[in-house]
Amino acid sequence: MEEPLLTIEGLRTHFFTSEGVLKAVDGVDLAVPAGKTVCLVGESGCGKSVTARSILQLVDRPGRIVEGSIRWKGGLDLAALDPTGEEIRRVRGGEIGMVFQEPMASLSPMYTVGAQLSQALRLHRDLSRQQAREEGVALLRKVGIPNAEQRFDAYPFQLSGGMCQRVMIAIALCCDPALLIADEPTTALDVTTQARIVDLMVDLRAQNDMAMLFITHDLGVVAEVADEVAVMYLGKVVEHGTAEKIFNDPRHPYTRALLRSIPKLRGGAARRRLTAIRGMVPSLRQVPEGCSFHSRCDHAIDGVCDTTAPPLKRHGEAHLAYCHLDEVPAERLDPAVQVTGRSAVEEAEPLLRVEGLAMRYPIGGGLFRKPAGFVRAVDGVDLTILPGQTLGLVGESGCGKTTLGRCVARLIEPTAGRILYREESGDEVDLAAVTGARLKAYRRQIRMIFQDPFSSLNPRMTLQQIVGEPLRTSGIAGGSELRDRVADMLTRVGLRPEYMQRYPHAFSGGQRQRINIARALITGPRLVIADEPVSALDVSVRAQILNLLTDLQEELGLTYLFISHDLSVVEHISDRVTVMYLGKVVEDADTAGLYRRPRHPYTEALLDAVPVPDPALRRERRTPDTGDDLPDPAAPPPGCRFHTRCAHVRPESCRTDVPELRAYGERRLAACHHAAQLTLAGVGSTAREVGTGG
Amino acid sequence: MRKEQDVDVASQWKLVWWGFKRHRVALVCGFVTLAIYLVAVFAPFLAPGSGQKTNSDYIYAPPQALQFDLDTGLYVHPYTLKQDPETLALSFAADETKKVPVGFFVKGEPYELLGFIPWDRHLFGPENPGGPPMYLLGADSVGRDLLSRIIRGTTVSMSIGLVGVLLSLVLGIVLGGVSGYFGGRTDTLIQRVIEIIMSIPTIPLWMALFAAVPASWSQLERYFALTVVISLVGWTGLAREVRGKFFAVRGEEYVMAATADGAGRLRIMFRHMLPSFTSHIIASLSLSIPSVILAETALSFIGLGLQTPMISWGVLLQEAQNIRAVSTAPWMLIPGIAVVITVLAMNFFGDGLRDAADPYKH
Amino acid sequence: MLRYIGRRILILIPTLAAISVITFVVIQLPPGDYLTTLTAQRAAQGDSMPTGELARLTERYALDEPVIVQYWQWISNILLHGDFGESFDYARPVSALLAERLPLTIALSVSTLIFIWVVSFPIGVYSAIRQYSLGDYGFTFLGYLGLAVPNFLIALLLMWIGLQFFDLNAGGILSPEYRDAPWSPAKVGDLLAHLWVPIVIWGTAGTAGNIRVLRANLLDELRKPYVVAARARGMPERTMTITYPVRVAMNPFFSTIGWILPGLIAADAITSKVLNLQTTGPLMLRALLAQDMYLAGAILLISAVLVVIGTLVSDIALGWLDPRVRLRY
Ligand SMILES: Nc1ncnc2c1ncn2[C@@H]1O[C@H](COP(=O)(O)OP(=O)(O)OP(=O)(O)O)[C@@H](O)[C@H]1O
Ligand code: SF4
Ligand code: SF4
Ligand SMILES: [Mg+2]
Repeated sequence: MEEPLLTIEGLRTHFFTSEGVLKAVDGVDLAVPAGKTVCLVGESGCGKSVTARSILQLVDRPGRIVEGSIRWKGGLDLAALDPTGEEIRRVRGGEIGMVFQEPMASLSPMYTVGAQLSQALRLHRDLSRQQAREEGVALLRKVGIPNAEQRFDAYPFQLSGGMCQRVMIAIALCCDPALLIADEPTTALDVTTQARIVDLMVDLRAQNDMAMLFITHDLGVVAEVADEVAVMYLGKVVEHGTAEKIFNDPRHPYTRALLRSIPKLRGGAARRRLTAIRGMVPSLRQVPEGCSFHSRCDHAIDGVCDTTAPPLKRHGEAHLAYCHLDEVPAERLDPAVQVTGRSAVEEAEPLLRVEGLAMRYPIGGGLFRKPAGFVRAVDGVDLTILPGQTLGLVGESGCGKTTLGRCVARLIEPTAGRILYREESGDEVDLAAVTGARLKAYRRQIRMIFQDPFSSLNPRMTLQQIVGEPLRTSGIAGGSELRDRVADMLTRVGLRPEYMQRYPHAFSGGQRQRINIARALITGPRLVIADEPVSALDVSVRAQILNLLTDLQEELGLTYLFISHDLSVVEHISDRVTVMYLGKVVEDADTAGLYRRPRHPYTEALLDAVPVPDPALRRERRTPDTGDDLPDPAAPPPGCRFHTRCAHVRPESCRTDVPELRAYGERRLAACHHAAQLTLAGVGSTAREVGTGG
Repeated sequence: MRKEQDVDVASQWKLVWWGFKRHRVALVCGFVTLAIYLVAVFAPFLAPGSGQKTNSDYIYAPPQALQFDLDTGLYVHPYTLKQDPETLALSFAADETKKVPVGFFVKGEPYELLGFIPWDRHLFGPENPGGPPMYLLGADSVGRDLLSRIIRGTTVSMSIGLVGVLLSLVLGIVLGGVSGYFGGRTDTLIQRVIEIIMSIPTIPLWMALFAAVPASWSQLERYFALTVVISLVGWTGLAREVRGKFFAVRGEEYVMAATADGAGRLRIMFRHMLPSFTSHIIASLSLSIPSVILAETALSFIGLGLQTPMISWGVLLQEAQNIRAVSTAPWMLIPGIAVVITVLAMNFFGDGLRDAADPYKH
Repeated sequence: MLRYIGRRILILIPTLAAISVITFVVIQLPPGDYLTTLTAQRAAQGDSMPTGELARLTERYALDEPVIVQYWQWISNILLHGDFGESFDYARPVSALLAERLPLTIALSVSTLIFIWVVSFPIGVYSAIRQYSLGDYGFTFLGYLGLAVPNFLIALLLMWIGLQFFDLNAGGILSPEYRDAPWSPAKVGDLLAHLWVPIVIWGTAGTAGNIRVLRANLLDELRKPYVVAARARGMPERTMTITYPVRVAMNPFFSTIGWILPGLIAADAITSKVLNLQTTGPLMLRALLAQDMYLAGAILLISAVLVVIGTLVSDIALGWLDPRVRLRY
């Protein structure tokens, strides 16, 4: 067998903190063959980034490589080099390029992107200023930056995140490295941008014939790019194999559980409960003995797994797993979610109708000056939610989802529009017109689950105070009754009632989100607005929370407005989906219909961008390349707001006339002039299959 | 190691305290600060004398060394005055043959402890109140005991820091809070005012304002005028801090969650927001006290602050103003050491407190 | 950039107006008005005010008019004629007194500012890069000390040490023999030899503060992702540190001028007694003690205006240095 480009053996990188030694990387073996893409996956904190940084000796104090070797091209041991020495510097940037997670922050704000690019070029290559500029512009063009000449002289903060990431890629590629390390290069970006950056990286890898070590926690992205996959858990690689093997025949229980816990775009197939992994990733301070996964493994063998470290087992060529089991028993498929009773409510009166809702924020302005303009965060939105259903709200960041949710919850004052809420008595009230004390009553019936599990819980209050606060403010309960109700609610969301006196800092992200849910549900609400409730969570915990939300909905007959940018999650949980773009609704349809056959080009673009966690379905992008950048929301494009990025834009009317939201078939709405003529591709269908329309 | 369960149920203050304890230097300085405040409170008892008694026999008497033997216990040698036969200059010489015994809890000048408990015992001092005086840190230009004066000066210097800061605190919190709560134009206006005040050099402004205090005012009136003047100018920094914190906390999701929970404005303010910045405010308070102490010292030094017979460290240093006095009696600079130690201790303490003020940073 | 400068200058106008009002209030603060004080003083000296003189002064300061008019008279005299009023203590126009003293004050302030920057920059960078090294601890402690020791105390100590051990008289800006001598190379040399004393004394607190600011900012910057990214493309550590993080950390460093300048002016006023310099500080102190309010007010006004202008200059420099500031306006 040919010698791999990079071979990591027994790498241990530890952090010597004042609270003890953190073994962030604890015995990692990994090989990256020349010209291949190896994906490193795993949940947050399992040591992916530290592994990547160790390769280039970029681990900051108090971290240090304590053991192991990193062979580069069969010779040089990178782990043994002096981190500030000449040799490692030649490798950095010259032979191994690196791209990071936060593109904007990875560029210095004080210099133009061109200056930083030229500097990198001239560092390793003997170029004059002028040559460096020409080379730099060519590189920017190569990474797909339009107007490269001008962008060369732009500052990072003048570019979007996607553009900055392209610049970072250009810098990493400037000396034709043999290996590109990409540490979550798309995590901070929007779905559509993510898809385009992933495409770019796949193309460039092939063009330059380099190897790539691609780090991500998103199994969909893995399936799109990987030749080989290494799965990490608590500082160790637990399984390594080709992408096909890992996705089709995973041999480690952790890999298997991870794969089963992600919602997949199912294109209308029956909805199933997700299989969540028990518990959560243990802290690095308390790594379990034996197999570190045993505390969460469904197949753990008592007396073996919790004492002895699992041996390395080979499953065919180049497929390794560390597990005591030779064969992981097959799990049964979880039953499809009961959808009984849901179709029955179709005819019911809507619980909430939003009409012409608008919210605009002033920008600029001062003591004596008028604001310079307005951002129309929400611009004339109509919504309908039927009781007992879940309405999903999707769109890229900045399209006004959160603002809309907060307006409906009356946390911010909408500038115009009506929010018609049907009370239990059957009467409709316009919440937008209700103020003061009367609003309090509705605050009990309409509740909100917040996005950030850290900032949404007051760190200075105990669980009892946090969860009990709505009861106290509305005078529903106090004293021991309050305590009983909080305890009951905690049990329902899967927390022990003994935790009542603890503070939020005692809980992990997933547990905090449970607390958030408990606080929302304690008043016995009818409508719950969940604003990205799972986007800050790890895959395995995300499945737990989604399951919890589904169960509680069944149990308590709740109605959800579920806001998310993640189309797979929305498909998993919603009955209907509304798509927003720049403050406007562009499409509104039942879930199956929308995902199978979208009516609006934007929906198509979104669906197309979702990475599918199945390497067999790896496909060519269908939508032609359009701009990365969301237009400035303060000055949206005239006519159809999507026309700057629309793949189906036509000369007539798109650029001048604003498309109305019109009905196409029963309860299907879309805002596109040409929706009737276009045939768009959805999940499990391609435009070609459906017919070559347009 | 602290038990996990304890951490889980630890309130904000406990976490702050645990965090603060880890800064060894800050902890020690915290105790030093506390000790200095105790001295300020019990100064009349701790000082051997009132520091007001003049004695023309002992003008600029140098510090005496405290000695110990088994017969007398602690003692000092009394001074005799010698005249150089040639230059005729007077100088003090310790009379090795005599001893002035020094004892604890001795009777001395009467005073009122805490302002209302009349007493005449002092922690230590010459055992015979009528005998030769003791000058452990030397005497000043009219023969007053510098040690007593420094200890008595603690009361005024330390309390002026506290009172001045409390006044600025009220101004700063009210205006900073208003600015942060209402935002918009109110905020812009208050911010402009703060900027203007900040652009005027503080000390000259203090000087100018304080120069307007009529000479006929009593010591107590001057004292309060000084604190008012200092805080009138000094509230701006605090107001900015409060406002910044206010904006930061207002943007937290948990404040929005409180609105969603149906909490009223006042409840949101006091139950949800205020606890988030009390620790920060206390930290910045403890950091502004030393600057007030320094301001008092500076103003009194140039003669625009407090004046004798009131004793503060600034007043004491005023007597060391000309270089001739310093060169004949260098010990007149000792009050400066008291200032430096206090300010150093309080700065270290305040910095430690500020670092520990947000236990939820990560 | 031009818009940015324009806005800065526009903001300046209300600030200056407000400062002038505050100064005027300060001038009006002492009980009794200017004339009463003057008459009383003359009476104390045994001669009475000629009536014509009284009328002339009333006319000049509009003393029989409402306060607003008095203010207007005062400020328009300053703006239009450079006339700051008259010092009764020195019995000379305030502007003449200022003309004598202001140049030295400004020269000393600017030199001290440069001193502060030159000293604190390398130390701040060193302390941040070698965080927790012995040197860092040493400088940090010195920094705390610099902030804790009142500058007049440093002045006293320096002079006492000079007198005690070197038989030097550090007071004043010139040795006695040159005080009235015409300017010569020797006199300039003497001036320079004396100059460092006030510079060190005035500059201690500012230097200490600046080191802290720079160290904290640089430490923040060193943890930013762009530092790792720059390392990852193989930049040598030293070049990388100077081109990227130090460059960013320098911006707040320049804007410290806003609080260093007032500090210098305060230092001038307080150490003047000890140092015996021919600057505006001693003038102000004497004026205040004598309640010579037009003189004191003029110095206060000018100091504040100088600070405001210094801040403006540093803001403009900041806009020029920092593209984020320059391009966002
Ligand atoms: N500077 C540091 N000091 C202390 N601990 C650190 C430091 N940097 C990383 N760690 C610890 O090392 C562990 C592994 O971190 P790493 O960033 O490699 O995880 P990751 O797999 O990349 O996670 P993510 O998906 O969140 O990026 C974490 O528990 C983290 O807390
Ligand atoms: S070794 Fe045991 S605990 Fe670990 S993954 Fe295999 S079966 Fe599960
Ligand atoms: S109206 Fe035109 S630009 Fe807009 S989505 Fe439809 S086809 Fe595209
Ligand atoms: Mg990472």
